[in-house]
Amino acid sequence: MWRDAFAVAGRDLRIEARSRVAVNQVVPFAFIVLLLFGFALDPDRGILQRVTPGLFWVTVLLSALVVVQRSFAIERSDGGRDALRVGGIDPAGVFLGKGAAILVVLLVLEVALLAAVAVLYGAPLAGWPLLVVSAVVTTVGIVAPGTIYGALASGLRVRETVLPLLFLPVVAPVMIGATRAFEAALEGSTGAGWRWCGLLAVFAASYTALGMLLFEPLLEES
Amino acid sequence: MAVLGRFPALAGVDLDVGAGSTVLLVGPNGAGKSTLLRLCAGLVGLTAGSATVLGHDLRTGRRELRRRVGYLGHANGLYDELTVEENVRFWARIARVPEPAAAADAALERLAVASRLRDLGVGRLSAGQRRRVALAAFVVRRPELWLLDEPHAGLDATARDDLDDLVREATAAGATVLVASHELERATALASRTVRLEGGVVVDVA
Amino acid sequence: MTITGTGSRATRALGVLTLALFALLALLGLVLSPPDAAMGEAVRLFYVHVPAALASYAGIAVLGFGSVMYLWKRSLTWDLLAAAAAEIALVFTALTLVTGSLWGRPTWGTYWEWDPRLTATAVLFLLLLGHVAVRAAGGDVHGRARRSAVVGLLATVDVPIVRYSVDWWRSLHQPATLSKLDPTIDGLMLFSAFVGIVAFMAAFTWFLLHRFRVAWLEEQVEELSLADAIVERRAEGGRS
Repeated sequence: MWRDAFAVAGRDLRIEARSRVAVNQVVPFAFIVLLLFGFALDPDRGILQRVTPGLFWVTVLLSALVVVQRSFAIERSDGGRDALRVGGIDPAGVFLGKGAAILVVLLVLEVALLAAVAVLYGAPLAGWPLLVVSAVVTTVGIVAPGTIYGALASGLRVRETVLPLLFLPVVAPVMIGATRAFEAALEGSTGAGWRWCGLLAVFAASYTALGMLLFEPLLEES
Repeated sequence: MAVLGRFPALAGVDLDVGAGSTVLLVGPNGAGKSTLLRLCAGLVGLTAGSATVLGHDLRTGRRELRRRVGYLGHANGLYDELTVEENVRFWARIARVPEPAAAADAALERLAVASRLRDLGVGRLSAGQRRRVALAAFVVRRPELWLLDEPHAGLDATARDDLDDLVREATAAGATVLVASHELERATALASRTVRLEGGVVVDVA
Repeated sequence: MTITGTGSRATRALGVLTLALFALLALLGLVLSPPDAAMGEAVRLFYVHVPAALASYAGIAVLGFGSVMYLWKRSLTWDLLAAAAAEIALVFTALTLVTGSLWGRPTWGTYWEWDPRLTATAVLFLLLLGHVAVRAAGGDVHGRARRSAVVGLLATVDVPIVRYSVDWWRSLHQPATLSKLDPTIDGLMLFSAFVGIVAFMAAFTWFLLHRFRVAWLEEQVEELSLADAIVERRAEGGRS
């Protein structure tokens, strides 16, 4: 399982590095979303600063949708889905490998976005341990269901439209937890933040376990 | 009896294929040739009946079966952004071949893929060259059972000869080959037996 | 065999019982039970609202169970049961939302309040909508069944997490808006609520049985037309 996971993650990241879709398309997309929030709300820094955690995570979530779609577009090229099954590859390995590659892309994106909200919204970044830990746990919580639904939707003709409908409601608790944890980190009230972190970890662990179990039926002929 | 899907696409197909032999599948379109090959590859499931391939039950042992068979259909299963070498190495790694890098080199050598092409992205190759790379990615997995669905399509004359040689080498080494091809002359020369399918039923074995 | 309907003697008896229970509920809820001291006439909505919410949870439980059973046994029966439950749960969730917000208007002065229960129900509604959308997207029956089972299972697992997170989220910002039912509640009111729950559960069961049978019949029809299609395809293949 781990060998397959490493092989798949390495392949996806290599394809990502070559095609530069993340750098050339997803990062600019995330930036324009941040700018749009600025236009839609008051460019008065007070408001933007106050809602920074929410805007940050909504932006990450929208970007995650794009990254997941891209990740499964790779599998559809040239009979990839068939090929993955022919190779006798471990489905749990495929899940972990693809998930890990998406996770890496999103974490890099988040670093860029953090710098962006600090500059654009004037958000004072603080509470680093909580900020970093909650960001990692949240991202796992976003990636795990995202990967499951990405695989599920990729076999459908309506894949582009059905993915957001499936994915976004499921990660509603992640949004709540991530935003609260971020707020707590920025305000320096870390006690409540760590409790939210715990909830996020439970979510991330449950959906990672489910993904490992459910990828086998998902990769079957569909 | 092996019944596929919710209708009897394949009824009562019972093939006993010995190791080291090549079996040619012929029959009109829709006779069930591709279905039979995909079934043997563990790509589609049985919803009724039962069948065994290489000793693996098609209901319960499909994942183990998939490790031992190779299936080549019309799709190449290659990734455009990766180089020729990376593609073949990836499949060698997935098949748990020892020394995947060396095995990939050997396979590319065997398929006469020019070394100047190896560091090129697969997306930049011609259709014929891609097919050769797909064949290299196929043989690098060292399958025990070869399932070839129209393998001659999309290959130039020399590549077809190469493919036939590969099949002969593989069977000599004990592998079993099931092939569906419209290149009857070429395929018949390759095969030790010909099985005729019509309407999902074996009508003739020669 | 000619099938003329999806009813049987047992389901017809259940149907009549359900109708009688609803008549009793209307009488109790609208006429006999007194208005609440705090909520006034709006309390009557609870005789519909709470049972509808419970019925939607029952639907989700059946959906989760059917999904797991399909993934385990790979029998389409479980898939059809889960699908029937999801659709019915969707209807009851919608009813919960509507009655909840109607109740909110006189009580909170607004149709929508970010009340934990109402918010969680809205997320639930969207989760179920996703399940229905995946089923509508088509594909071969077993592919559709696998995808629906995964969606059903993931949605079911999400329900308690959504509930917990929303509860916690709102309670950190404001006191719970919904006061617990008074322990000194009027006996007739309690009885009305009880009749409401029984009536809605009976309706849920009746819907589930019929929806399941309709789905099963749809399957049979599709299978027949597929068999016809394969015969035609063979005939074409024979000519080429």
